[in-house]
Amino acid sequence: MENLINIGVRSIFIDNMIFAYFLGMCSFLAISKKVTTAFGLGIAVIFVIGVTVPINWLIQNYVLNAGALAWVSPALADIDLNFLQFIVFISVISAFVQLTEMAVEKFSPALYGTLGIFLPLIAVNCAVLGAALFMVGRPYNLAEATTFGFGSGIGWTLAIVALAGVREKMKYSNVPGPLKGLGITFILVGLMSLGFLSFLGFAL
Amino acid sequence: MSTEAAVVEKAEVKKPSEPLFSKKNKKLITHPLDLDNPVTVQVLGICSSLAITTQMKPAIIMSLGLTIVTAFSNVIISAMRNSIPSRIRIIVQLAIVSVWVILVDQLLKAYVYDVSKFMSVYVGLIITNCIVMGRLEAYAMGNPPWPSFLDGLGNGLGYGMILVILAFVREIFGAGSLYGYKIFANLGIPYHGNGLLLLPAGACILLGIIIWVQRSLNGYRESH
Repeated sequence: MENLINIGVRSIFIDNMIFAYFLGMCSFLAISKKVTTAFGLGIAVIFVIGVTVPINWLIQNYVLNAGALAWVSPALADIDLNFLQFIVFISVISAFVQLTEMAVEKFSPALYGTLGIFLPLIAVNCAVLGAALFMVGRPYNLAEATTFGFGSGIGWTLAIVALAGVREKMKYSNVPGPLKGLGITFILVGLMSLGFLSFLGFAL
Repeated sequence: MSTEAAVVEKAEVKKPSEPLFSKKNKKLITHPLDLDNPVTVQVLGICSSLAITTQMKPAIIMSLGLTIVTAFSNVIISAMRNSIPSRIRIIVQLAIVSVWVILVDQLLKAYVYDVSKFMSVYVGLIITNCIVMGRLEAYAMGNPPWPSFLDGLGNGLGYGMILVILAFVREIFGAGSLYGYKIFANLGIPYHGNGLLLLPAGACILLGIIIWVQRSLNGYRESH
């Protein structure tokens, strides 16, 4: 249990998807102009990462790894399907995003209205695929992988909501013309990332 | 491989109506370098351009990989564009892009293993690199294969240009070396690398400044 809390805290603050790995920057920059939409997208991302990471963990450990197919029949014990990793992971993610989209559309049209255009975009959010690939590189078990998935999503949401808050205030400041928009946003992200560095002091 | 070769050939057979490097086609390559740069203007492909630019070598290899993937996925999607149902087009696009990424990944693992280790997940993340998807959606879905190929090539080079500039500044002032060569130490200049440039934060601020300089020069303004 303590271990799970460690992984959770680490993935939210220390190994924050945005501020430590720059994953999911495109939608992070594009959809952080308003706090409410940023928060909606964040929730959707938490959900998608939290579910696809454990699914991909199962696929990696029971299908793709060298010798993982031994549970089907001993004859398959020396098959290594790791080269299929990218295509399998991205198919799982985009299929899941499509499913989520259909489910949300059916059961909660109001939420679908607010999220509409952002939902399909989650499939190409690097944070989702990135979390799946990081999960493979680390010796996690299923519970740890799930915690890591949700933690990464929460960290991403935290970052986008914080940036949206700052950008809403930025509207009232006088920024030099060429620096307006994207330029100043990058400098902002840099400063916020410096702030997040202070979490490195945590000994976990 | 054979189907891909066939697609490339088909693109070249289609040329007679227009010279291969007409003015319009040349623009497809030169435009993304400045006025329509994928990183600084279209805001695509930021993740990898910040994450792997602490050294020159991975930055150059990453730009090559991305250029190949963008150009050839553009060609294939463009050749198939009339037969892809629009509801499932994202999955089709992702599948084709990931085939190319798998090829690039396997090549890197076979020939430059140390760089492939350094780039870890970011090779796989070319699949979700917004430049690839963005160009497929914005250009290849509506244009014939040869211009799409040039468009992919141009955008890959535009991305590579920003990557190389970032990596140059970060490596030389952050680590005091260039392409792994300890430049300051060998010239006898005492220089302590500025650690900030090697951190994510330094990369963000540096990119902000590059955008500032570029937009001051070419006059591009964002309407707020």
